[in-house]
Parts: sequence; C-alpha cells; structure tokens
Amino acid sequence: MHIVDRRLNPRGKSLENRQRFLRRMKGAVQQAVKRSLQNRNIRDVLDGGEISLPIDGMAEPSFRRGEGGIADHILPGNRAFVEGDIIPRPPGGKGGKPKDAGEGDGEDGFRFVLTREEFLDVFLDDLELPDLAKRRLAETEEETPFRAGYSVSGSPSNIAVGRTTKLAMMRRVALGRPRREEIEALKRQIEECEDEVNRLALEAKLKSLTEKSRRIPYIDPLDVRYRRFENEPKPVAKAVMFCLMDVSGSMSEHMKDLAKRFYLLLYLFLSKRYKKVEIVFIRHTDRAEEVDEETFFYGPATGGTLVSSALAAMRAIIAARFDPAEWNIYGAQASDGDNAHSDGNLTGQLLREILPLCQYFAYIEVGEEGGDSSVSRSPLWMLYDGIRSEPLPLSMRKVCRRSEIFPVFHDLFQKRDAQSKVTP
Amino acid sequence: MTMTVRPRERLLFEGADWDFATLQRIHDACEEIALGGLGLDVYPNQIEVITSEQMLDAYSSTGMPLFYRHWSFGKHFAHHETFYRRGMRDLAYEIVINSSPCISYLMEENTATMQTLVIAHAAFGHNHFFKNNYLFKLWTDAEGILDYLDFAKGYITRCEERYGETAVERTLDAAHALMSHGVHRYAGKTTIDLRQEEKREQERRAHEEQMFNDLWRTVPVGKAKKAGDIGLEKRRAALGLPQDNILYFLEKSAPRLQPWQREILRIVRHVAQYFHPQRQTKVMNEGTATFVHYQIMNRLHERGQISDGNFLEFLKSHANVVFQPNYDDRRFSGFNPYALGFAMMQDIERIVTKPTEEDRAWFPDIAGRGDAMGVLRDIWANYRDESFISQFLSPNLIRRLRLFHLYDDPEQTEGVLVSAIHNERGYLRIRRQLSREYDIGWTDPAIDIVDVDLAGDRRLLLQHIVMNGCYLQEGDTKLVLQHLADLWGYDVLLQEIDGSSTVAKEHTASPRKIVQ
Repeated sequence: MHIVDRRLNPRGKSLENRQRFLRRMKGAVQQAVKRSLQNRNIRDVLDGGEISLPIDGMAEPSFRRGEGGIADHILPGNRAFVEGDIIPRPPGGKGGKPKDAGEGDGEDGFRFVLTREEFLDVFLDDLELPDLAKRRLAETEEETPFRAGYSVSGSPSNIAVGRTTKLAMMRRVALGRPRREEIEALKRQIEECEDEVNRLALEAKLKSLTEKSRRIPYIDPLDVRYRRFENEPKPVAKAVMFCLMDVSGSMSEHMKDLAKRFYLLLYLFLSKRYKKVEIVFIRHTDRAEEVDEETFFYGPATGGTLVSSALAAMRAIIAARFDPAEWNIYGAQASDGDNAHSDGNLTGQLLREILPLCQYFAYIEVGEEGGDSSVSRSPLWMLYDGIRSEPLPLSMRKVCRRSEIFPVFHDLFQKRDAQSKVTP
Repeated sequence: MTMTVRPRERLLFEGADWDFATLQRIHDACEEIALGGLGLDVYPNQIEVITSEQMLDAYSSTGMPLFYRHWSFGKHFAHHETFYRRGMRDLAYEIVINSSPCISYLMEENTATMQTLVIAHAAFGHNHFFKNNYLFKLWTDAEGILDYLDFAKGYITRCEERYGETAVERTLDAAHALMSHGVHRYAGKTTIDLRQEEKREQERRAHEEQMFNDLWRTVPVGKAKKAGDIGLEKRRAALGLPQDNILYFLEKSAPRLQPWQREILRIVRHVAQYFHPQRQTKVMNEGTATFVHYQIMNRLHERGQISDGNFLEFLKSHANVVFQPNYDDRRFSGFNPYALGFAMMQDIERIVTKPTEEDRAWFPDIAGRGDAMGVLRDIWANYRDESFISQFLSPNLIRRLRLFHLYDDPEQTEGVLVSAIHNERGYLRIRRQLSREYDIGWTDPAIDIVDVDLAGDRRLLLQHIVMNGCYLQEGDTKLVLQHLADLWGYDVLLQEIDGSSTVAKEHTASPRKIVQ
C-alpha cells in the first residue's frame, strides 16, 4: 500500500477550466456584473461576489426522453394501496408520480462566484486611466527597509555589537569563564607565595583556570547577532478621489443615484490601478462640507447653490492633506448644472487653480429621467465648456438615464494612444 | 449491554485524530480482514490525502485525477462549489478510481473513524468490485487508464496549440453531446488495451508524416466516380450500418473531419466506454462496497481495534448512507443505490445462511448453501444491476421495503394505476419492473444510424425507436443534432419511429460550417 499526500499539490487545478468557462460566457458575465453593481455600496463592489448567469449558451445537451408517454415507477414505502387502486393525479402536474423527484439543484439561476480580480477584470475590461506617463510612475513601488529584530546570519556590516557582547557575556557567566582579574590575582598570589606546597596548589588552580578560559572563548560564533531589516513596500504615489456633489433642493433622488453610479465606477477604476485610494466626499449647497459616504448619498440637505464653495473646500483639503507631488488627484463632480449667477467668476477661477493639480477632473451633469442628454445650456455647463478649450484635464458629459452611465464612463476612460491629450 | 474491556494497545487509534502512521495501521488491519476473512481479491492500493478544494476539483472532472481541459469542467466546479459553500451539500467522503493501483482519495477533514470507513469501503469494497466484475474486466483497462488520460490531456493540449482553442473546443462540445451514444454496448472481438491505443495513434501520425508529399496537392482531380449502382444493402453493410455507436461511426466515416478531430472523438469515446460499466452497476457497486465496509468495521470492533465510541460514530454515518426515504417523504428522490444494494447483499447473506421455506422455493441454488461470502463474490463477479435485481430481489425484501408499482398512462384520465404491490401476485412483476429501470438499454433512448446516401446528398439518417409513446426531448435533441451535423458535415435527419413502424416525428439539422 502506498500513501500519498496530495494536499500540497498545486492548487486550483480547475482554475484553467474556470477561466475558459468565464471566457465562453463573457458577454453574459459582463451583463451580470453590470446588473450586480446597481445595488451595492462603493466599497462592497470591490469584494467581487456572486452573480447569476443565464444557462443558455452553456447548456450541455444530450439525447434524452421527454415528458409524456406511458411511465412505470417502482416506489418504496406503500402503506395503504392495494392492487388496482387508482390514485388521482395532482392537479396541474403532468406526470403521474405522486411526488416529483426532488432535484434540488436546478440550474436555471446558475450562480457563480467571481473573485475580486475576476470581477474587476470583467468590469474594467477595456478602460484606461488618462495621463499614462504619470500612471507608470504610480504603479512602481519604493521599498524602504525597517528594523525587524536580530538574526543569526547576515553581512558583517550589520553585526549588532551590543547584542553580540551581551550574549557573549551571558554565556561566559553561565559557563563560569574565569575573569581576567581573577587570573591576575592568582598570578600575584603565586609570586608572593613562599610555601612550596601552597604554590603548587595555586599553580594547578591557575593552570585549570587558563585552560578553562581557553575552552570558553571570549566571543563565540554562537553569540554573534546581526541586525535584520525587512523591506516595506511604500507606494510612491497614492491616489485621492474627490467626489463633489450638489445636494441643493433641485437635485432629485434620481440625479443622486446617477451621480453615485458614476462615483462608484470611478472608485473601482482607480482602485484597480492604485494600492490605496482615498475618497473625499464633499457635498455642497450654498456652503460646502466634507462628509462620510452615508451622509453624502442619503443625508438630507437643502439650500441654494454655490459651486465655488465646493471647489474652495477641495482646494483647502488638497493644501492641507494631499500634496500634489505625492498624490494623484482625481476629481469627479456631479451637479444638475445650477449655479448662482454671481458665483460664475469665482467658480471659474477656482477651477483653473485646481485643474493643474489634478490628474483628471470629470464633470457629470445629471438630468431628469426623460431629459435630453445631448444638449445642455446650464450655467455651469457653459462655464466649464469655456474652460475646456484650454489644455486642462477636464472632461464633461451630460447624463439623464441610468443606462447611460456605463457608456459615458466607458467613453471617458476608453483606451487612447499614449500621446493623445484628455480632451474628449 | 455489557461493555467488554479491551486492552488499549490493540486500538488502531484513539479519538478523531489521525496521521500517516495511523492510516497505514488502518489499512493493514482492513487488509487482513478483507483478504483473509472475506476472501477479497484487490488491485494494489494507493491512498491519496487531499483537501476539500481538491475534492471539488476531482468532482468536476468526473472524478479523474487528470483530465483534459474543457470549460464544462469549470462550470461544474463552480456549480458544486456554490452548493458546498452554502452548506447545502456535503462533499463525498471519498472518490475511488478504477485503476491499478486503485487510487482512493481521502479528505483531510475526515476523522480517523471516517478514514477507516472510507478505506474499508473504497480501497477494499470498490476495489474488489472493479477487479472482479465481468463488465469492468471486459470494458475497462485498469492498468492503462491513467497513462491513457495523460496521453489524452497532452494530445488535446497539442491540438489546441496547433489548431486553436476554439476549433478544439467546438469539436469537444460536439463529442460531449454525443457521449451517451459513444459506447459499444455489446462485446466485440477486441479487448480494451489503452496503451496500444496510444501507441497506435503515434504510429498513425508517424505514417502520415512519412507519406506526406506536397506534390499530391498538385495532381489534377478527375471526375468523381459514380457510385449509384451500389446496392442499398451493400452500402449499409460497407458502412457497418445500422450502428448505435454514433461517435464511432463519425470517427470512422465522417467525410469532412480532420485526422485530429477523429482522434478527439476517439478519446471521448474511450472515456465514455470506460465509465459505461459504472453506469450499469451503481446498485451493485455501492452495495458491495457498503457491505464490505460494514463487515470490516464490525470485525474491527469485535477484535477490539476500534473503540465503542468510534464504532458508534461509524454506525451513525453508515445509517445515513443506507437511509432510504419512502415515496411520500420530502427527502425522497428515487432509490438510494447504497440502501438498495446493501439491503440486497444482506438479504442474500440471510438467504444463504438462514433461509425460510419461501427463500428455498425462490432461490433453490443458493438458499442454505452456508458460504455467504463465496456466493456474494460469485454474484459480484457475474452480474450487473439489471440482471442482479431480476435474479436476487427477494419477496422478503420487497415486503420489507413495501415496494409497489405505479402504471402511469396519460390516456387514463382518472389517475395512476397501482398495478402491483408487495404480495404474492406482485413479487415477480415488481422485480421485473425494477430491474428494467436499471437497464440502460431500456432507459436510454435507442438511437441508431441507419443509412447514409453517399452517392446523393450524403444526408445521414438516424432512427429513434419510440417506446411507450415517449418521444425525445425537443430542445436538447435539436442542439445535439446540430452538433452531429457539424461533425458529419452534411444534413442530418432523425426519425422517431412509433411502435407501428411509422415515422411519427422528424428532426433535421444542417451543418453550420465545417468544424475547423
């Protein structure tokens, strides 16, 4: 008999088959992923998760008998029937079997668990971050060494002298190595000693002590310790995403929902490229405040509209916490396009200040369900449109229906040549 | 109840933990009983310890340790995984492979008692059955299967490199759809030798490469010869028609297939053939293994090698395995092959050792023979489910299981007729009917390739003999026919022939394009 431990065999033998299955189902998976995005929080989306796939396209047919025809069944557990009894069929059921065989695992709603990576891969299939040059920089990581205790091996330059001598001392004490003073004192005693017998005894003692000190070295290779370092990866560039939203009375729930979807996509997208993505939520009416995600999307607020307040807040937060030299800054602003007339100049000025600090700034103008997404004459749109002609990383779209969010996002972030500027 | 005090050192293990030394001890103890006590004859054993994830893997590629790659295995993996993760279904305790050495997979999560049960069940019960049952001897090649699968995996990978994944996938999809009709049901003159199979393929290819001469491509093609005068019977005889092994026919005669496609059909056909005996012996195979593990575990306990506590743990699992819900139980989903098989084996043991007058009348050959193991070993070697049930399902067991027969005729609007129950008049009818339910020749639709018009439009003609007015399932049939047409390269017509040999229904398919 032979026992083999296969537990350490390469795992995921079915991984390749799983990938093939996903590839085959690509279209359906993409649809399912998009559907599953609708009811999730931004951060939840990153966990991947379960999606349902339709079964057509992955059916494995074979020749089988269909329903109907004469059927015989042998069943166990008869209690009351006698030969010749007629059992009425259950209403509606075609088969005459008193109870259908309980096949628990019907495949009609085939569930499939995607890993986080698979989920994002499917989702961000052909999207690309703008400003490729800086992105490459962002993907590299710097490693900084940090102290991580001691080790028994290492390079001579890393010898930890203090620790080594401490260990040597401990060993010497433990093994009872004679101290130098002790031997000197003994030598002196021998010199001073006049009694022959006593001297012989002292010399014998000296001899054993010197031998002992030779056997127990002052520093043993066992004592040597080296300083140990470990490398900590440190992202050179981090990313921060600013979500700006107008929450004034004119923004309906539908519009907020559109905005949320857009933020969600952007967050997903960024976190695919950066290890760490901070999110800053700024909502504004006629004054701006930084809030958490819950408040941002669901907290009630009313008031007038001053877009400049949000931009000013963003500028202040950048100055305080996000040094543009270290952070890749992304902005996403959603608004219905309303702005106080008097606020126009200030807004434009602030935006011109902020844009050079950003990798990318997207403005999404959300409209009511039945609205026309092609045109917009809102004050904010006109203002931003003017700024767009300058070579600044600003892009803008108008969105009215949920179904448009993905195409618009797709459009904004589709793969481009490395050279082309982001001026959609 | 008297508790016998046993010397502790005789115990194979204590508690639930085990290590490799324990497994070895368990195996040796089981082996002693299996070979010495029960007189079993087994292939050498190989026991492999795997994780639950690996068990899922093995599940999804039909239990084989190595298999070619195909998307459907990924699908099955995902499917099983979802159920397992949600706790809706347990994993099997074991998978055992009909190969020499006989490989049994043990999950690392099993307790020591479960490992003992699994070793007794798989490494001795199934193993003995695989080695001795006539169907396995006739149709499978235990020595060659692992090498053959290795070859198959490599071959299909090479095909993918050379002809593209899509082309290979399409061929495999088509072959899988026809897999259930890719077995020889009746023994021919050849025995299965998978090693030869692999060697032959290599030789074929070497020969092709040797004979290849690019000049032949430039030889002008003459007018095709007319074959119109070949008689119908002659033509069918030449093609070996009628033929129920559709994959075999395509492999030999489909005009438009590439050599590598034929080889893939051949591989799928061999795999189907390898599993064919397992489909015909579910009740017997599981019954044998369950009977064997029950014997071994009891004897281990009698000898004091398993503690009372661990033996109780075993009895609980055993009771779960052989549980047969009644027809009106919510858990009922047909006969449990473990339950039916085990009950029959025990019943046979009873007939052989303590027969009643009824048993003597029904089973004159074995009743009171005294050597239960000898009789069982003989039965295990020479029957399949259908013949086993039709010979050995006893009135006693029919009464115990309270079996009854329902006759469901859609014409009969009042309801379903109880046509036999567990009484003197019913025994034979119930036994005959139940054995029929285990006859694949009866349960699988009978489809033959009957003709092909090679001189004309090359349309392939198939016939399905309709039994009891039960036609093929429409949707699936369409899909399978499409695959068949793709492989054949020309139109395909499937006729469903009713009892009065009239064509009741027709399905057709045209090839999408050459599978290439």
